[in-house]
Amino acid sequence: MRKTKDLAQLQAIARGVRRHIVEMTGAAKSGHPGGSLSAVETLVTLYFDVMNHDPANPRWADRDRFILSKGHAAPVLYAVMAECGYADTPVDQLNTLRKLGSVYQGHPDRRFIPSLEASTGSLGQGLSVAIGMGLAARLDGKAWRTYVVLGDGEIQEGQIWEAAMFGAFHKVDNVVAIVDYNRIQLDGFVKDIMELEPLADKWRAFGWQVVEPDGHDIASLQKAFAEAAATKGKPTVLIAHTIKGKGVSFMENNPKFHGVAPTPAEVEQALKELA
Amino acid sequence: MAAKAKFELKLGPATREAFGATLVELGRENKDIVVVDADLSKSTMTYGFSKEFPERFFTCGIAEANMVAIASGLAAAGKIPFAASFSAFLMTKGFEQLRVTVAYPNFNVKLVGTHSGISIGEDGPSQMSVEDLALACSLPGFTVIAPADGVATSALVRAATAMVGPVFIRTGRVKVPVVYAAGQQFEVGKAIELIEGSDVTLMAHGLMVAESIRAAETLEAEGISARVVDMHTIKPLDREAIHRAAAETGAIVVSEEHLVDGGLGVRVAQAVAELHPCVMEFVGIRNTYAESGTPDGLLDKYGLRAPEVAAAARRALARKK
Repeated sequence: MRKTKDLAQLQAIARGVRRHIVEMTGAAKSGHPGGSLSAVETLVTLYFDVMNHDPANPRWADRDRFILSKGHAAPVLYAVMAECGYADTPVDQLNTLRKLGSVYQGHPDRRFIPSLEASTGSLGQGLSVAIGMGLAARLDGKAWRTYVVLGDGEIQEGQIWEAAMFGAFHKVDNVVAIVDYNRIQLDGFVKDIMELEPLADKWRAFGWQVVEPDGHDIASLQKAFAEAAATKGKPTVLIAHTIKGKGVSFMENNPKFHGVAPTPAEVEQALKELA
Repeated sequence: MAAKAKFELKLGPATREAFGATLVELGRENKDIVVVDADLSKSTMTYGFSKEFPERFFTCGIAEANMVAIASGLAAAGKIPFAASFSAFLMTKGFEQLRVTVAYPNFNVKLVGTHSGISIGEDGPSQMSVEDLALACSLPGFTVIAPADGVATSALVRAATAMVGPVFIRTGRVKVPVVYAAGQQFEVGKAIELIEGSDVTLMAHGLMVAESIRAAETLEAEGISARVVDMHTIKPLDREAIHRAAAETGAIVVSEEHLVDGGLGVRVAQAVAELHPCVMEFVGIRNTYAESGTPDGLLDKYGLRAPEVAAAARRALARKK
């Protein structure tokens, strides 16, 4: 696969991933385009620059691990893994998303895609699993790291804060959490459902290193991941400031596209915008 | 076991104590064994492991949901994690995590519930686990074990460690009668016939195995030949042993320190219905929570004793005719 630090190349990959997301959810006639589009740069930066992994050898023992705890954003993960060239995520089957027999299940399922590190979909659990992986790496004296993407609405789940306490207390500094802070959840705006602010203060109070990148600025994300790697003695959380539905004008900041797929006409318009 | 063997049933260790001692031995033998615990290590008996292997013991605080999912991550990365708590908390507060982060990805996590049943005693119903087997058995791919004594616990904890996949092991707080001689062999999924018999079969798990042995002795004095079978593995069931019991004795009594809803009894009944329908009776807790009291007082009051098992056997025999 083509790993790169080049911003123009990474941006081009991100644009392609966005097109996949629109086409996949359009073909499926269901799914979660908004929260997939908001996490594109985060996943592209991780998979194409930051993470040590080898799509040709998905069980490589020293690979970095990735967990999409906000499993409903499965389309972005599928599209990114497909572009990386994992054998169990073929590009030409992306549009079978959510169809009977497809490897592209509604939420990530490692029974269908063994290259996945975890099966997710029930919110609030991925951070704990990531920290368990981090403990294992530390016990084995290994340098591999674990990355976990959380939804902003997801961190309303109590288990997240159990895990946050645990991660700081046990100094699990090889785990990086990324909150995709797009400020919208299923029923509306986060501030109207269950406000999270002051969010950075909450994580700091729980003992985490906090970095606040622009989640659509790849250079900003690269810098944030570098800071996370340099932080020792405590875990790091990136509060990635993002826009739900990013890249498609009529989806941006529109709560409707949390869990509604674009119509064929909307797919056509979106693909024009993403050309 | 020899037919008509006499069981002394002397009081031995609690099954949680046997678990704790075995865990330390396993820790010495296998460096991949790690333990997570939710502020109950002195009760679940993982304390000994924590002292000898502090680097492989992770306190989670009072946070069972996180504890189970931490264990999932450890297992995903190749460790053999034991997660221990009171069964009541492990299986209920950790259930969703057991479902999504352990059963669904089929990770190699070993769950040990202690203080199961009502024999925990004075702490009362909030701490008593009477539905844990129903919950554990509902998880696809889970192996579910409820040992009768210390020897069985030690052997079955070892067997669970040797196999790959999620296992729930149910242990208790109180000292229980010794059923097995040291060195008894156990195989996960294979029931053990403790007493031969031809009129009725008494099946049980946990501390009801000893009560069933006592019931069989009472019945023998009445001229009733009762077979006693330790169903230490609740899932997967030993369907062959069930089929034999149904076909050869024509009547089965299942006794357990658990709600009759969703426990071993209904699972055996399903197998009996499929394999060889016969008369059945059930001894267990019926649609209620218990209360505070001494363990013995509670087992007496809630009918989890040899006389109730014997009475159920007589009812079954009467219906069989």
